Amino acid sequence: MSSTTESLPFTPEEAAPPRNTAWRRFRRHRLAMLGAAVIAVLVLGSVLGPFVIPYDETYIDILHRFAPPFAGPHVLGTDELGRDMLARLMMGGRISLAVAFTAMAISMVIGISVGAIAGYYGGVVGAALMRLVDAVLCFPTIFLLLALAALVQPGLGSITLLIAATAWMEVARIVEGQIRALRERDFAVAAEVLGASDRYIVFRELVPNAIAPIVVSATLNVAKAILLESYVSFLGYGIQPPVASWGNMLNNAQIYLTSAPWLAVMPGLFITLAVTSFNFLGDGLRDALDPRMDQP
Amino acid sequence: MGSYFLRRLGQAALLLVVVSMIGFAILHLAPGGPLAQYAMHGNMSQEDLDRIAAQLGLDRPLPVQYADWFLRMLGGNWGTSYRDGQPVLHIIGAHLGATLELMLTATLAAMLLGCWIGILGAIRRYSVFDYLATIGAMVALSVPTFWFGLVAIFVFSVELGWLPAGNRETIGDGSLPDLLHHLIAPALVLALVETAIWSRFMRSSMLDVVGQDYIRTARAKGLPEWRVLSGHAFRNALLPMITVAGLQLPTLLGGALVTETVFTWPGMGRLFLDSIEYRDYPVVMGILMFSASLVLIGNLLADMLYAVADPRIRLG
Amino acid sequence: MDTLLEVENLAIRFRTAQGEAAAVSDVSFSLKRGETLAVVGESGSGKSVTSLALMRLLPKPPRCHVSGRIRLRGKDGALLDVLDLPEEAMRTVRGNNLAMVFQEPMTSLNPVRTIGAQITETIRLHRPMPPRAAEEEAARLLDLVGIPSPRQRLSAYPHQLSGGMRQRAMIAMALSCEPSVLIADEPTTALDVTIQAQILDLLRNLQQRTGMAVIFITHNLGVVAEIADRVMVMYSGRVVEQADVVPLFRTPLMPYTQGLLRSVPRLDLAGRRAGPLPAIRGNVPDPRRPPAGCAFHPRCDFFQPSRCDATPPTLDKTPDGREVRCLRWQDSLLMAGSGEALPPQRGPGAEPLA
Repeated sequence: MSSTTESLPFTPEEAAPPRNTAWRRFRRHRLAMLGAAVIAVLVLGSVLGPFVIPYDETYIDILHRFAPPFAGPHVLGTDELGRDMLARLMMGGRISLAVAFTAMAISMVIGISVGAIAGYYGGVVGAALMRLVDAVLCFPTIFLLLALAALVQPGLGSITLLIAATAWMEVARIVEGQIRALRERDFAVAAEVLGASDRYIVFRELVPNAIAPIVVSATLNVAKAILLESYVSFLGYGIQPPVASWGNMLNNAQIYLTSAPWLAVMPGLFITLAVTSFNFLGDGLRDALDPRMDQP
Repeated sequence: MGSYFLRRLGQAALLLVVVSMIGFAILHLAPGGPLAQYAMHGNMSQEDLDRIAAQLGLDRPLPVQYADWFLRMLGGNWGTSYRDGQPVLHIIGAHLGATLELMLTATLAAMLLGCWIGILGAIRRYSVFDYLATIGAMVALSVPTFWFGLVAIFVFSVELGWLPAGNRETIGDGSLPDLLHHLIAPALVLALVETAIWSRFMRSSMLDVVGQDYIRTARAKGLPEWRVLSGHAFRNALLPMITVAGLQLPTLLGGALVTETVFTWPGMGRLFLDSIEYRDYPVVMGILMFSASLVLIGNLLADMLYAVADPRIRLG
Repeated sequence: MDTLLEVENLAIRFRTAQGEAAAVSDVSFSLKRGETLAVVGESGSGKSVTSLALMRLLPKPPRCHVSGRIRLRGKDGALLDVLDLPEEAMRTVRGNNLAMVFQEPMTSLNPVRTIGAQITETIRLHRPMPPRAAEEEAARLLDLVGIPSPRQRLSAYPHQLSGGMRQRAMIAMALSCEPSVLIADEPTTALDVTIQAQILDLLRNLQQRTGMAVIFITHNLGVVAEIADRVMVMYSGRVVEQADVVPLFRTPLMPYTQGLLRSVPRLDLAGRRAGPLPAIRGNVPDPRRPPAGCAFHPRCDFFQPSRCDATPPTLDKTPDGREVRCLRWQDSLLMAGSGEALPPQRGPGAEPLA
């Protein structure tokens, strides 16, 4: 195996359909467009919102605890410590979305690497890696995540890593299958004959040709990561207060369910909205990028 | 078919070994390793710990420790709880019934409802019903289960007062109507995601089958449409659902954990969280391994059931 | 001989995402007792769609519109208007008066039900009888179509039979209610050549025994010569030529038929033919954008500019009772009479096959 990455005299062929057809199909998918719009609003609101509204999300105002929403200066009300709900939801959105995107990125790196290696080399290495994937998938994600979270110091970085560690397997499976199929195709063989390095063939020739399913599962993984973050944080092993996340805002909400139901309703709605949007977006991308689904 | 079963059994056994390795790795990667539970006791000196380590065989090479641990697990010795000194398997067994009750009820409800929605959606493809069912399933898959549980408690217990807000039974009652009364809300909450999954898979399976040549043959025979669907489409579309039932076991178990937490349901999920709270690692590890084994066995059973149900594999 | 089936001005239109498509227009034919009509054409010519329309198995409006008239003589001798029958009455026609055998024996039988269950289901649907008797009948039918040890085969699943045996089982199922008309949609295409011949033999025998009429859909002219009494050639959803099998093979009048005949490998010409087997150049037109004039003109060797691409040809009757849709059929006839081969540019065209 040579380790040089020389340039090849041909360009990899495009497996994805021409961009404009995919884009046209995507635009036809109204729910996916809606999802994309909602995501844009949520991201912008989380990033810019805190600069706009007059409340600090950590400011405790004992005199104005449990202010109901849509009445008075606190638009979405206040929580049990009198903190402004809207400010907390925006800051919580920053954390939840940042954790989800980062976890997605890490899980994609792990999943693509494992899948590409297993699919390209096959044989014992491939089989061993794929059995590892199967085995990890046997563990219910939440059990695994909680067990791991209980073992480490809870923190932003560790939670992100743990979510990524429990979400890379599906990607690995998809990439492995794609790479195994693509590997036999002419351009991979040609690249091999021309003496390209393995790493070059895998990451410059094969992975780009499997980009469509990778993009789709990346989108769906963001949805999954938001959900997982909310689960661990709700159960108290994720993002720790006073830092707000959509999940840990629900942490205490159960106690006040009778007196202040909005404490539980608001963050849950945001989680559902974000996750649904990413799922619709992923669905639309799948329809747009996968030409086999293009039936009249 | 015998060889198919043997091969499948072999694969499952291999997978169990890999699963156990992951469990072992988690146990040892944890800060402090298996000794952490003793170290936490506070009043132990380093000599004490070393002595325990030697006693537990933690000074031996890792592969030896793993083999020893794996064999003990196979023999049913899963260690004892740090909290009350009871054998781990015994504790799990005591909580399993409640979890199974919840999971089976939810699965039954989800299967019936999900299959019905999926079939109707496939038969009336692109109808308003199909469209709403598709969106509904997508939203149901996106709702955090615990939050849906909170909403259900708020609506049905707090506002309407129809259903209890938690627990498996009223203390001192425990009659069948009382048990069922407590079961409704958590089972429905757990069934939400399951229904969405079943309806999606059933729809695509049914669509796949309805497009097959033998359905056209059945129509060409002069069978009424309902007999084409019930006698030829439904049966064939149901086959892949066996695999689905196995594949979504991890989701079901995870959902049960969250649901049990919200509804203070005395099952395995609740036990798992309590054990984490108390740093009761033997029980945490035990439940982790137990749930993974359950998934593994469930998938194996599903595959075997499929082989029995499909004549192409049974007789092929 | 009495007429069993009469189709008049059948037209089928599909609604697709890209607009309306006329899959079949102005198709008329009739079928007598004991007769075999071969429907010939490339894929996309509308031949399979026509057969599904006869069975009324096409999608319902608005996705698909069927117009025209299909009259079928029922078992009691009364004439039924197939397109106007209520769905319930149509179900007693399907499988009972009109039966169908499909192209793919691998996929046309339900894989999870036994052969016996699938045949008895059909029998008991149209001829109420106890399960035992239906089973006897099914075994008799399997025997009739030449399946060895039929009683054991009743409990076999489709995947346990070979392709040829499966097609025999399909035929047994189709015959189970003694239909007056059997539609066979490319029943031998998926089978290898020796099995093909056996199935054709079987169909011919059964037809002689039962007197049923057969509509045989195929793109294989070798099979046509083997089995048909009459041939209907379809192109782009229209009948372009209809004639008895011998005159059609001897003097094809429509250039499309001539092209089809030329593209059949022929043993009698082995060695005499120069170059590869000629295929008709070009492709079947898109039914959503049919060419102006004659639909075949872009591929025709006899194309006359500003005539063939301007006037759509009508289906003309020739003096000897054949039907042909071509503006130049008289030229073809003249040239055939003068012994000149057609078309002159390309090798021998219309020699008698047998």
